[in-house]
Order: sequence, then structure tokens, then C-alpha cells
Amino acid sequence: MELLDNLALGFSTALLVQNVLYCFVGVLLGTAVGVLPGIGPTATVAMLLPITFSFEPVTALIMLAGIYYGAQYGGSTTAILINLPGESSAAVTALDGHEMARQGRAGPALAAAAIGSFIAGTVATVALAVAAPPLARVALQFGPAEYFSLVLLGLIVSIALARGSTLKALAMIALGVLLGTVGQDIYTGTPRFVFDQRELYGGIDFVSVAVGMFGVAEILRNLENEQTRTAVITKVKNLWPTREDRRRIIGPILRGTGLGAALGVLPGGGHVLASFTSYAVEKRISKRRQEFGRGAIEGVAGPESANNAAAQTSFIPLLTLGLPAHPVMALMVGAFIVHGITPGPNVITEEPELFWGLIASMWIGNVLLVLLNLPLIGLWVRMLRIPYQVLFPMIILFAAIGTYSLGFNAYDVYAIVFFGVLGYILIKCGCEPAPLLLGFVLGPLVEENLRRALIISRGDASVFVTRPISAVLLALAVAALAVAVLPAIRRRREVVFTEEE
Amino acid sequence: MKTTSRYRSAARMIAAIGVVSLVAACSGNGGATGGATGGDASGGYPDQNITFVVPFSAGGPTDTVTRMIAEPMAAKLGAKVVVQNVEGAGGTVGAGEVARAEPDGYTVLMHHIGMSTAPALYQNLGYKPLENFEMVGLVTEVPMTVVARKDFAPATLQDLVTYVKANADKVTLANAGIGAASHLCGLLFQTATGVKLQEVPYEGTGPALTDLVGGQVDFMCDQTTNTSGQISANEVKAYAVTTPERVKSLPNLPTTTEAGLPQLQVSVWHGLYVPKGTPQPVVQKLSEALKVALADQKVIDQMAKLGTAPVPAEDATPQVHRAKLEEQLGTWAKVIADAGLKAS
Repeated sequence: MELLDNLALGFSTALLVQNVLYCFVGVLLGTAVGVLPGIGPTATVAMLLPITFSFEPVTALIMLAGIYYGAQYGGSTTAILINLPGESSAAVTALDGHEMARQGRAGPALAAAAIGSFIAGTVATVALAVAAPPLARVALQFGPAEYFSLVLLGLIVSIALARGSTLKALAMIALGVLLGTVGQDIYTGTPRFVFDQRELYGGIDFVSVAVGMFGVAEILRNLENEQTRTAVITKVKNLWPTREDRRRIIGPILRGTGLGAALGVLPGGGHVLASFTSYAVEKRISKRRQEFGRGAIEGVAGPESANNAAAQTSFIPLLTLGLPAHPVMALMVGAFIVHGITPGPNVITEEPELFWGLIASMWIGNVLLVLLNLPLIGLWVRMLRIPYQVLFPMIILFAAIGTYSLGFNAYDVYAIVFFGVLGYILIKCGCEPAPLLLGFVLGPLVEENLRRALIISRGDASVFVTRPISAVLLALAVAALAVAVLPAIRRRREVVFTEEE
Repeated sequence: MKTTSRYRSAARMIAAIGVVSLVAACSGNGGATGGATGGDASGGYPDQNITFVVPFSAGGPTDTVTRMIAEPMAAKLGAKVVVQNVEGAGGTVGAGEVARAEPDGYTVLMHHIGMSTAPALYQNLGYKPLENFEMVGLVTEVPMTVVARKDFAPATLQDLVTYVKANADKVTLANAGIGAASHLCGLLFQTATGVKLQEVPYEGTGPALTDLVGGQVDFMCDQTTNTSGQISANEVKAYAVTTPERVKSLPNLPTTTEAGLPQLQVSVWHGLYVPKGTPQPVVQKLSEALKVALADQKVIDQMAKLGTAPVPAEDATPQVHRAKLEEQLGTWAKVIADAGLKAS
């Protein structure tokens, strides 16, 4: 019963008073930065990293990890309430979550997100404890070819994000992909679409795009006139999910958890696909497909669970192999180094209290998050009653501060203005921001991995089908495309047949 | 009435969170914007926060080194030091910002070897390393290691050279992106061996090392900071360290000279800079504080864990720093021109 011994060791470490305290501080801060538009976990962890230098290593890592998954939790709050996602995953939550808020069901939406996140967090923590090292080994099988096929599959299934016209959604994905190409090409160093602005060499920041396209554009639209103002809710129906709601979210939560936990393990960016894929799956298998995009609680519960599970399992490559999966993990590597721990596969054997203590703390952190967030739902919902003259300028102010804090770069703030206006024009044209954001996030991943796979294979494109994992993923992508396109073709044939009769 | 007070309390709460974040955002930038007053002489310097600009992301090796020395330097100077990360374009965004900053000693740049490679890599750099900066002193020279996937055939550095010469059309050489230390070291390897290899760029060391451990690429060259954990765990095969001396954390790893490729000499040297025109007494004061920080036992211990060490006290001076920069600018201009690289 080595596992039980390890878990006992982990909990005995994580339950030390100072560790519980800093775990709480971490998730509280994480929730706060998640809720605040703009400020993301990366900036927060970067700012707080020096403070943790004087802590015990395990305490420092527990707090920093808490900020990270706490922010995943808090990010859904603004997405639901004011249609302002702080991270790509929350953009999916905004689709149905904000619709629910407009219908006066912000409470159930927030509760579904919280409950889903807790269940996902718990399951993912168990997965971490039971199977972290073997899972990490499997994840290493994913090379550039596999990531290309995986992200391509993600892009295809995510056409489901479109509420209205598929054609417009495709156009938005393409625009997002193009925006994602701005900056220096990592393979040749050639600047692309930078217009001689050195600040654009590093590309456009995701937060600027999200805050502009969702938040600012939404505010502009709300300013048009009283009738279309939707951020201010007329009547809050109920705070808690109804029995029907609870029944409807069980399946999405469990599927989202599984999907998110699996994708999160992949160090090359699988976690960004988690919420998108979960949404697409739920929409595909739901009997109420027409409700998606119009306030389906499944569209909140599934992606939120997937996102939180992925946030948790994305620690697996870091903890078992010392390989960071994304910027926050890279900062954690910095934290390891500062504390004199060399990140790498030896951490699990040389520092067992740290490894197991951190895992145990994640579960404790999830409990704390639920205790923290459920009572806050009432408060958050009340926030919607702040008059818009106060609320809108505040949102813009915080968004500007948060975005600026990312890299102390005024360009990121100008970008909010640009994308706010662009987003408003697009809304007026009936185009939606979510597919654009998806293209923006996944486009560079597709390009990077496609080119890297071809560089390694010396231009031989057959790697995508000769490598088994890649081939399976591509086959799934083709199947997904067929499923998406066939009904349309069938319908057209039916139309043809009716005309002939 | 009741609802009014309710949303007021909610509004007050978000306002409070906002103030906290505003303070955080401003304190990070305090030194960079408000530094116009104390520039006349060193008499009053420093009388406000000093900003150390790191042109790379927080948590990276350069950031870590900066934060290590910031604390003892602040103690010696008697002022608060704020570390600010201004990322982008291989460190040139942050360097450009400091080049244009007020020359009063309140904006200090920590930069590495990239300072000497940028003029060759970027056409419209917007600043000239020797003309737009005053050098304060060198900080540390981080050694690099030549590492390969663990099932890669060659056993020693000599074997590796023979192997890549025979299989130049098959071998892949990873790096962390154009201008990254790993890229420069890889270029030098190709110059030293006279073989042109297929390079596979990544966005940062993390992903490159992930694919090396996963066996997707054959070999690369990277700082001990990143590789020593993987080397000790036998997740990668290590051939040599690229400095004249072996490193303490990897005592069994030979130097490139010992292993028979003495031309492959490269270290990620770090130095502190201030904008051109900063009064000499201020530069001297910073240099003195740097020497004190580098002699600090805690700094020595922390650097040892990274597989590096502070430079000797005589190198933490403007003169040695300038000489090093001049020499390196020449070296890399040639290596980069030979490789036909231009990032424009």
C-alpha cells in the first residue's frame, strides 16, 4: 500500500498549519486575479515569486500552485457575469454562462461551474497521485506530428462553438489564425505583420484580444440603448441549480473531467484544448442541441470541469519530469531552482514530501475553493445590480490595469481599444468572438507543430500518417468533419428530392 | 434602500481589489517613470526605488540571477530594488526601453550574451550596445552543456562529431529559438565541426527539452540551469560542458577542451547596464554594490545550485565588462554572418 503511505505523507505535509494557510492565501489570490479582468495567473505568480523565496520550498509551491488553479476557478466568474473571459478556457464558459446570466440564471451557472470544478479537481488529484509517472511517459510519446493532428482535431470539432452561421464561424476562425501569426516567426526570425513596431515582435497578447473582443465590445454594445442593455439583469430567478439542473450537469461534469484530465497531461499545450473540446462534445451528444449558445447549463458545467481537471493534471509533466507545460509552470520551475531543488525526474524520489505534499494540497485547495466560492455566489450576482454608469468604467479601468501588468507594455492596452472596436463591428455583422479567439489560440499551435514535424522529417509529410497516434487523431478529425458536414449534404439532397416530386 | 447598500458593499469590494492591483502594477513601474530628479551627481543617489529591467520572462535563468543579486545590492545601496520583466524579441524590447530611459541610475538593465548578438541578428535594433549604454560590470558566466536524447548512438563528444559528420542529413539539432543561448551554442558547434545540421527551433527551452527527453530530436546545447536535473536523472545523455572549467554540480562531465573540441567555448555571460550619460559616480556606486552582492555567501550558494558562480570581483567592473562586450560583439558578428542569419 505504497500509495496510501505516500498520500499519508502528503496530507501530513499539506495539513501543517502554515501550508493550509498559504494554500488558502494562494487560492484566494487566484480567485481574485481570476475574477479581475486582465490580470492572469502568470503575472500574479511572477509578481509573488520573490515573496516566496523566504518560505519553505513546499509552502512556496503550494501557494503558487493555489494561485494557478484558483485563477482557473475565478476566471469563470467574470466570463459568466459580464462576458469577460480572462483566459482562453473561460471564453467557452462565457458562451452559455453569460447567456444564463442574461436570463437571470447567473447563480445556477456559477454554482454549476463551482461544483464541476470541485469534482474535476478531486478526480484529477487522484489521477495525479495514482498514475502521474506512467502518464507522463505516455505524454512524451507526443511529438510535433501528434500535436499537429491533435490540434487540428480540436479546431475541427470546435466549429461547434458557433451559435449561428457556420460560414461566419469559419471566417472568424480564419481571422483568429491570421491574428495569431503576428510577430516574429520562431523558425526564421522573420517579423510578420508587425508594421515596423518592435512591440509587436512578440505577437499580440491573448488577454488583450479577449478583453477587447469580449469585454469592451460587449460594453460598447450595451451603451447603444436601454432595450439592448443586457449586462444589467432585470430579475435574478434563483441562486441554486434546480433539481433539473443538477440532473443535467452530472454527465457533462464527468465527461469534462475525463477529457480535461487526459488533455492536461500533454506538455505541448493539450490543456488549452480541454474546455473547447468538452463544449463541442456536449453539444454534439446533447438532446437539446438548440439550447447551446442560448444558456445551456451543460455548456458551462462540462468545459469548466474539463478546464479545472486539465489545470490540475498539467502539473504532471512538471512534477514527474521537470518539464513545464506552460508559462505558469515555467515560473514554477524558477521557484524550484530558487529553492535549490533541481527540477527533473528525481524530484519525486528525492523530495517525496514536496511531491506528495503538493498533490495533497491541491485537493485541500479545491475544498477551500468550494467553501470560498459557493457563499460568494450571492455577492457576485448582486454585483450585476451595480448601475452601468459605475460598472462599465470600472471594468474598463481594471481591464486596462490588468493588461498593463502583464508585461508593463502600453501596447497591450492600446490593443484592448483596437480589439474592442473590432469586436463591436464584428458583433454588428453577426460574427462571434469565440471562434476568433479559438483560431487565435490554436492557429499558432497548428503552424508551429506542422512546420516542426516537417523540419524533423525533412519535408516528408507521411509522418502524419505513419506515426500511429498521429494517424488515429487524423482519422478522428476526418470523421468529425464528416459528421459535421454530412447532415448538411443530406438535407440538401432531401431538398432536391422534394423538388423532384 | 437595502439593495442600494448591498451593491455599494459589492462595489466597495471590487474597488478594494482594484486598488491592490493598481498598487502592484504601479510599484512594479515606479523607478522607470519617476526617475527624473536625482540625476545630477551621486551625492543623493539613491533616494528612490531602483528598477532592474530583465528583458526576459520571470522565472527564467536571467530573471533568477537578477533576483538573487537584487537583494544584497539593495542592502548595499540603501534603496529598494524592483525587478521588472519587459519581454520580447530576444530581449531587444527591454534593452531598447532602458537605452531610452532617463540616465540617472534608477533604471538598470540586466542582460546576457544576447546584448552582443542582437546587432548581428536584428537590422533595425534601435540602439547600439557600445554607444547607448554604460557598462556596470559582469555578473556571472553560466556554462552550457551538450546533451542528446538518451538513446542517441554517439557515446562521447568525439563520437558525436564523427557521427554528425557521417549523418549530417539525418541528425536534428534543437534550440530554444532564434538568438537564444542554445541557438548560439548550436551555431558555434556547427562552425567548430564544419558540419551544417538541420536545426529545429522551439519557443523556449522548456518545449525543446521536452522533445529531447521524449526522443523527438537528437541533440542540443543548453545552459546547466536547465539541463543539470535531466542529466543527473539520466533522462538525457551529456557529452561536455562548454567552459574552461568543469562545473561543481556535474563533476563527471568533461569540458569541451578535455573532450577534444576546444573551439566550442561559450558561456551565457550576464552583465548590468545603465543608459549612456549616467553620471560616473552613480555607475561606480552600482558597480561597488554589485561586487558586494557577488561576494555574498548566499548568492554564491544559490548560483552554485544553478551550476554557475559569480565572476571574480575584478570582472564586476565597467572596464572588464566593456572589453568583454567588445570581444563578444566581434565573435558573434562573424559566426552569425557565416551562418547567413538575419532576423531583420
